[in-house]
Amino acid sequence: MTSSLLFNVTTFAYLISMLLFFAFLASRTKVLGTAGMLAAYAGLLAQTVAIGLRWKESYDLGVGHAPLSNLYESVVFFAWTIVLIYALLDIKYRYRVIGAFVMPFALLGMAWAQLGLNTGIEPLVPALQSNWLLYHVITCFLGYAAFAVACGISIMYLIKAACESGGECSSGGIMAMFPPIKVLDDLNYRAIMVGFPLLTLGIITGAAWANYAWGTYWSWDPKETWSLIVWFVYAAFLHARFTRGWVGKRAAWLSIIGFAATIFCYLGVNLFLSGLHSYGGGK
Amino acid sequence: MTHTKNDFLHSLWDFFCSLKLTMALLIGLALISIIGTIIPQGNLPPEYVQQISPAKLKLYTSLGFFDMYHSWWFILLLYLLTVNLVACSIKRLPHIWKIIKNPVTIFDSSLEKSLPGVVSFPHKDGAAIAKDKVAEVLKSEFAAPLVTEAEGGWHLFAQKTPWCRLAVYCVHLSVIIIFIGAIIGSAFGYKGFVTIMEGETVSKVMSRSNKEIDLGFSLRCEQFSVTHYPSGAPKEFKSILTVLENGQPVPDYTNARVIVNDPLNYKGITFYQSSYGNAGNYFFTVTDLNGKNPVSLTVAGQASVNLPDGSSMHVIEATKDVSQFAAGLTGPAAQVELHAPNGKTESFVVYANHPELNIQHAQQHGSGPVIHYRGAQERMYTGLQVAKDPGVEVVWLGCLLMVVGIYAAFFMSHRRVWVRIQNGAVTIGGNASKNQAGFQLFMERLASKLKTDLSGEEKP
Ligand code: HEM
Repeated sequence: MTSSLLFNVTTFAYLISMLLFFAFLASRTKVLGTAGMLAAYAGLLAQTVAIGLRWKESYDLGVGHAPLSNLYESVVFFAWTIVLIYALLDIKYRYRVIGAFVMPFALLGMAWAQLGLNTGIEPLVPALQSNWLLYHVITCFLGYAAFAVACGISIMYLIKAACESGGECSSGGIMAMFPPIKVLDDLNYRAIMVGFPLLTLGIITGAAWANYAWGTYWSWDPKETWSLIVWFVYAAFLHARFTRGWVGKRAAWLSIIGFAATIFCYLGVNLFLSGLHSYGGGK
Repeated sequence: MTHTKNDFLHSLWDFFCSLKLTMALLIGLALISIIGTIIPQGNLPPEYVQQISPAKLKLYTSLGFFDMYHSWWFILLLYLLTVNLVACSIKRLPHIWKIIKNPVTIFDSSLEKSLPGVVSFPHKDGAAIAKDKVAEVLKSEFAAPLVTEAEGGWHLFAQKTPWCRLAVYCVHLSVIIIFIGAIIGSAFGYKGFVTIMEGETVSKVMSRSNKEIDLGFSLRCEQFSVTHYPSGAPKEFKSILTVLENGQPVPDYTNARVIVNDPLNYKGITFYQSSYGNAGNYFFTVTDLNGKNPVSLTVAGQASVNLPDGSSMHVIEATKDVSQFAAGLTGPAAQVELHAPNGKTESFVVYANHPELNIQHAQQHGSGPVIHYRGAQERMYTGLQVAKDPGVEVVWLGCLLMVVGIYAAFFMSHRRVWVRIQNGAVTIGGNASKNQAGFQLFMERLASKLKTDLSGEEKP
């Protein structure tokens, strides 16, 4: 078995999972939600094995390194962390519907990685030959994934809040499957409570690495600056709950804007701006 | 007069204590920071200067857009953030401190009204016995209680991790500590650059602001080397360096290895592998198309030389063994750039072991001279980034405090439980600063345990 075969299996499992969640949403048949979750778990397992295999394959090729070294590997890892964080949320709170709003992010990542990116295993350039790479990338991406989950929950919040204030919310409709908006607000906050410390650690490990490798812990490189922008947005989110006029919808929007900034930090910076980071250099 | 002055100070204080200002500053900083990621910072690339209109260039320069993270308005925002942070803390800290130091130990009716899910039930034994039983249960299930007799009853108060209420202030303090570290670094440190030829010694480096800085010791480059992966991609850049004090090698810093991601640190000054090059001589023979009139040429490092036909040439890159880049070819090769007298520029590879390829290239291009490479006398130099930052430890201290503080602020909770034994009834209530739902479950379990223990009801 090869990792690339297993990555295809993963993508397929996430597709099935998303479709089952959509069907669950439309039909409100409970078993479909459970099946969607099982498909997500199966995909997560396949992907975990695949990442391990790819790691081993890189050693077989004589260029051994953790599979976190280029855009393809990072997108795959991102999809993995999204499903991981969602699985943890499901185990703890069991709100199945959230899957319909989170799995599309994971599927999008895997589909893009498998179809659109260069999947080859390459040796590490000197700049990336450091253990800091591992600490930095893992903390950042776990944080990003928590923000992705928070974004999905915020979208649900806004849909449900709009429907409730519009007064057209029939008690038997799709909306009845959504958790109450107070719960969504709380879950949003909890997801960010996981993401924010991880992003903070990600920025700090990045700074420590930069200091170790280049002698400056902060050089206002576009990627660094964008990670700080993301950090400011979520810091604002955390303070919103203490500020009159900022709770509820505005906080949900902050969470969505925060995730948009996260995606720009991850992909947009490399596509549109220039800097020191190597992912997505397009080569 | 004094009245309006006080009013003014008062509203200024309120302004700085407001969390709306915090929101505005955080979102404002996020938005403003975007500018510097779109507009180039520091030394502007010439292509950029060419494409932008002079009016815009002048405007941006006067606004400080080309060095915006050091511009007065960006720094001002950071100062505002700091003042906001300090003011908010000064306003709230005494209250929090009181909660920690002087907890409310009497469970009176106004406290009871403020707590969610208060439970009350009768007890069987005398009040003193009930009090001891409750104290025991609280001690084993939660924390040792403080017992007070007041208002004709017993009041028990127990709490866990009150200090985690201070965590948020730790996080805020950490932001300020990081700022202090950054200020120390920019006031007492520097960033610089130095190139050293193999075999040569330097004792001064050039700072980013083009000032010469005396290191206080000397540094010799013994050797520089590059290794490649089989694919030709670079694998390792390595300098071997020796630190000298008064001309004598320092024992632990002799022949020290410096590679990318593994710098050399001596007396608080750190040297990072950053660039490299060959300053040695390259040797060529240039002939006519028919092989006549050979002329020997020596090209020094990056310099440019004139060829007999009036064109000029310089070396871009050279290798001792071309086989790793081009299968089937052997020996030394050099990539050169040729500027013909008619203004044409071309870049191509010439070989030492394959003169026929050199001739073929020249013939394809008509009349030009034939260039044969003969090899190089290598003399590598290493380019090192130099940094001294005495504030960096302070920054790490701030980061540590921030991480610990955020953890405690998010994942630890100040939990308090009050029990009152009065008029034959036990009343129990509590609250938590975080995870109220989880605490409510705990309270329900605690209340039902006390009920079975005290009211004499059999366990179901
Ligand atoms: C202008 C600057 C700031 C001010 C005035 C400010 C003020 C506050 C205040 C008043 C609270 C509520 C404390 C409470 O009563 O529980 C708070 C919470 C918090 N602040 Fe700040 N803050 C500022 C900047 C920051 C920054 C830059 C961070 C970055 C990490 C931060 C992280 C936090 C955290 C993690 C909490 C706890 C949030 C929670 O428990 O949900 N603050 N801040």
